[in-house]
Amino acid sequence: MAKTIDSNEIINDFATREYEHGFVTDIEMDIAPAGLSEEIVRFISEKKDEPEWLLEWRLRGYKAFLKDKLPEWQNFELPPMDFQGISYYAAPKNKKKYNSLDEVDPELLATFEKLGIPLNEQKVLAGVAVDAVFDSISVATTYKEKLKELGIIFCSIGEAVQEHPELVQKYLGSVVPHSDNIFAALNTAVFSDGSFVYIPKGVRCPMELSTYFRINTQGTGQFERTLIIADEGSYVSYLEGCTAPMRDENQLHAAVVELIALDNAEIKYSTVQNWYPGDKNGKGGIYNFVTKRGACRGVNSKISWTQVETGSAITWKYPSVILQGDNSTGEFYSVAVTGNKQIADTGTKMYHLGRNTKSRIISKGISAGYSNNSYRGLVHVGAKADNARNFTQCDSLLIGDKCGAHTFPYIETKNNTAMVEHEATTSKIGEDQIFYLNQRGIDSEKAVALIINGYAKEVLNQLPMEFAVEAQKLLSITLEGSVG
Amino acid sequence: MLSIKNLHAEIEEKKILKGISLDIKPGEVHAIMGPNGSGKSTLSSVLAGRENYTVTEGEVLFEGKDLLDMAPEVRAREGLFLAFQYPVEIPGVSNINFLRTALNEIREYRGLPALEAKEFLKLTKDRQKLVEFDTKLINRSLNEGFSGGEKKRNEILQLAMLEPKLSILDETDSGLDIDALRIVSNGVNKLRNEHNAFVIITHYQRLLEYIVPDYVHVLYNGRIVKSGTKELALELEEKGYDWLKESYSETESVK
Repeated sequence: MAKTIDSNEIINDFATREYEHGFVTDIEMDIAPAGLSEEIVRFISEKKDEPEWLLEWRLRGYKAFLKDKLPEWQNFELPPMDFQGISYYAAPKNKKKYNSLDEVDPELLATFEKLGIPLNEQKVLAGVAVDAVFDSISVATTYKEKLKELGIIFCSIGEAVQEHPELVQKYLGSVVPHSDNIFAALNTAVFSDGSFVYIPKGVRCPMELSTYFRINTQGTGQFERTLIIADEGSYVSYLEGCTAPMRDENQLHAAVVELIALDNAEIKYSTVQNWYPGDKNGKGGIYNFVTKRGACRGVNSKISWTQVETGSAITWKYPSVILQGDNSTGEFYSVAVTGNKQIADTGTKMYHLGRNTKSRIISKGISAGYSNNSYRGLVHVGAKADNARNFTQCDSLLIGDKCGAHTFPYIETKNNTAMVEHEATTSKIGEDQIFYLNQRGIDSEKAVALIINGYAKEVLNQLPMEFAVEAQKLLSITLEGSVG
Repeated sequence: MLSIKNLHAEIEEKKILKGISLDIKPGEVHAIMGPNGSGKSTLSSVLAGRENYTVTEGEVLFEGKDLLDMAPEVRAREGLFLAFQYPVEIPGVSNINFLRTALNEIREYRGLPALEAKEFLKLTKDRQKLVEFDTKLINRSLNEGFSGGEKKRNEILQLAMLEPKLSILDETDSGLDIDALRIVSNGVNKLRNEHNAFVIITHYQRLLEYIVPDYVHVLYNGRIVKSGTKELALELEEKGYDWLKESYSETESVK
């Protein structure tokens, strides 16, 4: 008789949405034997032909890793991690270095093509330069020559070590020390590749710089290291994207990102994270344990983190800003979506050290299925940070009744001129809202997509145009034609 | 256009509608009146396809098709529109984006191409004037922070945009002051034509002074107990609903 809509079904579909990038590329790889030891660290350093200081730094990281313990404060049970079971180096077998795109294995280019990341410069989205990292190795960087004319350096970190050792030595590890936490220490010891960016004084980078990470090989982890330096008065917008094949095992991704903004410089860092989240029973998926931190070293400098987190079995990540320079600004905009049995424990830390420093935190969590989504944030105001200002808004949206949303805000102020504001809300997608949209001709799937995108709009608006579109697609199952 | 035959419906095993029959032809305006709890809103919910209501008996044909067999969005695309008594708020979804999505979904169902941005904006402007809708509200989030009157006017704007065949106005007059009532009624009157029809659900006769119905039905205890022309509304206004209780409640009382 009466046919009723089943919004549970729709919600279920949404919560168990399938992963699109789960294919594996069959390519010959150069893989180090599984396990971590001083020999492996030396092996990696040698493979990459690194200077002595870098090897020593790696070894310091390795020693810190041996001493460090796994964190215990997060809002989930950390699964046991077999650090000896993973291989710490995997690179496509072929030439060591590509002089031009023509030399890159066509199989690799096809992989990135399939992911919607064309590396052929003619085909690349206008205004976006891409660095593609496949397992441990950066395979291609586009628009290099054009950027070089402006003095901008955009290359893999391995290349930067060879070509610009003075810059790397000066800044590497200056924001995230080798002993910061166990995952950062591990990364220091075994980091394989990643991107390096240097924007010279007074230069406004004319295009979006983007790195695309792909874990492919079974039994490996990915430990990339990204270092971005914006010299005085410069500006850069940088985007990071990532995917991995569907595998039953859990793969570890322990990256470190360091940003440095000097006087009057601005760095905008956006992430669209779509690592394989595991299947609907929670089997497989990427463990995403990432340390991201930026330092506003100069006066009037600004660092802005925007992240759209949809993938990974576990996400553990707190992009932070150290506001050292007077009048500097830190921002954090985040949308974290969890479905099935995914776990996300994410947020930010804002350290106000300089005078008149400002920070803004907008966090939007969306939980569906049996997932758990936590916001964890720290606002610290130091004794000398006169007139520090912070605004935090932390919203949670629940889809269905088996998921969880949690908020852990911490505030520490040592200066009584500080103004710190915190707002938080929790809401559910109501059947009433879905029915209302149904009654206007919009089916339930589109209705959910519309509601979610509306909810996350404040964050999505921060993304560069091309990627905002991508992110909207990721956030919902299908959005065809529904958002103008 | 709409033919309801012996409609019975219940919610959580409580019988609300107990055999409603009603025929509505193009160009007609029907008013459904009745005291609280008589089943007025249930009738509109069942017609629009809201979850939780179960139809236990009877049938509803809309343009000859089985309405009860359609998903709510299909009913909407077929041309059934419900102006909600309590329109919901959807934060972050702009009114204009929502209108465009809805309009294009309906157009697609009817085999029409999506409207170009320019044409869409022109249409919006035109309809906005017709129902005297504040331009500022068009770019705001859907109903978020709107006053009660603004929400009701937004329902009428949507009605004007989507051009349904049959519109059900569920207590659209509740919570409206006299000016808003006049604006809403003017909008409806401008939209009335020989091809569409309206069902106006109301508690009071006041709205019917502005939107003059062709027929008035009195709903009581899940049944239409009396039908007539607009004069019936006046009679109800004069006598109240108490006499209904005396005449009809002894046979079957509400639990």
